[in-house]
Amino acid sequence: MRQQAAVAAKVFIQRDYTNGTVCQFQTKFPSELETRLDKQQFEETVRTLNNLYAEAEKLGSQSYIEGCLACLTAYTVFLCMETHYEKVLKKITKYIQEQNDKIYAPRGLLLTDPIERGLRVIEVTIFEDRSLTR
Amino acid sequence: MKKCEYQQIDPRALPTPTPPHHRGDDDGGGGGKSDELKRPRRKWEVFPGKNRFYCGGRIIVARQSGVLPLTLGLILVTSGLFFMFDCPFLVKHLTSCIPVVGGVLFVFVVITLLQTSFTDPGILPRATPDEAADIEKQIDNTGNASYRPPPRTKEVLINQQVVKLKYCFTCKMFRPPRTSHCSLCDNCVERFDHHCPWVGNCVGKRNYRFFYTFIVSLSFLTAFIFGCVTTHLALRAQGGKGLVFALQESPGSAVELVICFFSVWSILGLSGFHTYLVASNLTTNEDIKGSWSGKSGEDVTNPYSHKNIFINCCYVLCGPLPPSLIDRRGFLPADESAQTSGADIEVPTVATKSEINVVGGSSQLVNGTQEAPSPVPALPNSHHDSSSA
Repeated sequence: MRQQAAVAAKVFIQRDYTNGTVCQFQTKFPSELETRLDKQQFEETVRTLNNLYAEAEKLGSQSYIEGCLACLTAYTVFLCMETHYEKVLKKITKYIQEQNDKIYAPRGLLLTDPIERGLRVIEVTIFEDRSLTR
Repeated sequence: MKKCEYQQIDPRALPTPTPPHHRGDDDGGGGGKSDELKRPRRKWEVFPGKNRFYCGGRIIVARQSGVLPLTLGLILVTSGLFFMFDCPFLVKHLTSCIPVVGGVLFVFVVITLLQTSFTDPGILPRATPDEAADIEKQIDNTGNASYRPPPRTKEVLINQQVVKLKYCFTCKMFRPPRTSHCSLCDNCVERFDHHCPWVGNCVGKRNYRFFYTFIVSLSFLTAFIFGCVTTHLALRAQGGKGLVFALQESPGSAVELVICFFSVWSILGLSGFHTYLVASNLTTNEDIKGSWSGKSGEDVTNPYSHKNIFINCCYVLCGPLPPSLIDRRGFLPADESAQTSGADIEVPTVATKSEINVVGGSSQLVNGTQEAPSPVPALPNSHHDSSSA
């Protein structure tokens, strides 16, 4: 029998701008999650996400080659090729789904992929504890 | 002693927000009902900003196209006249490379112009109501909603530089650094440079490189055509025939000469200005406001610059291109009324309020629901219906 639950609260993990405009999220553990989740677990998730976003925006040789090739073709390659950034975003979506399945769903939580929120926040939905209603 | 037990929630049972690359998955199940009434709508159809969409949301332009038709018209007319009047003569008397070079430049100019005009400049989707409420809570504003409270700012430290983030009342969020709200398009745009009427769109993070390539190739094209026309007329006027005779022979060249002469200076100037901006990783907006020039006597430096001209250029022009954040072609969840974009999670919130009322209101009702052996449907909406029945 599938359980369905009520949304008790939502926590928003905001962006961390100390390193500029690169996409990074704050690793500070929100107090609302204290009863549900391990601090290390949460920080591990956010840190991995931050690393993945840093990888997407990395100024490496691959992104330069991609950029130069695009410039030479008047940027028409963007119409047919998936950029490195998009590839990493797919990886991030998969990672979040994995985390939700393994760690967050068993604890009554749900992570929303930041791309759904314009890379502004990581939305953590806290579902009501069904056992409290017994 | 009450034991806290967390029951396994099947994430797939919940109205999960559809990821951008898996469009339509949710609509298979929940959208079935509304499909019979109306087709599932895409997010661009309810986009709150002042933009227009074509080709099913693939092309995005500002509401006012500005003078884009004039820009395109001038380029096409001048290039057309060049290929018709000047090229035949110059190919005969000089070299056949001239139309080739001209052709390549022309193609570059038109493609980059269209890309600048039709690409999402880096629009930030507006905050969902939940996010906005969360921010309001943090600001702790006790004023009522009928007047605009004083501007809210937040200070952050970026590379040891204090940067003030302003709150956008339209988009209901604190703008990230370098983001500005364009009043013509009614959107917050990341790394906002300026709203260009010639191109009919904002120039921001995602289309700045197209814009830069456009103005640089346009300055090359204009200078090239100007040079070729001058050479053509000089060659024709040789032998004492005079300039007037040459102009009479090739009237198209006169038109080109006038257009190119008046535009080459401004376009070259603009290219030079933007080359300076690219090399110092600045935006037109920041340069005009003097954000990092230290006018007020403070020790301010641009915190976004990589302190190296070459790296700055590489970053701005060849750096990674982020995808569009507004997901124009994504589907709206079936049971959503007119929304701001990306507000998928709203549905359970609406149901939540009524759900909590039901649950909190009477424990007998809840017990009754709990004991019922019937399988509970996935959507909270339907659960509400069954519990209130």
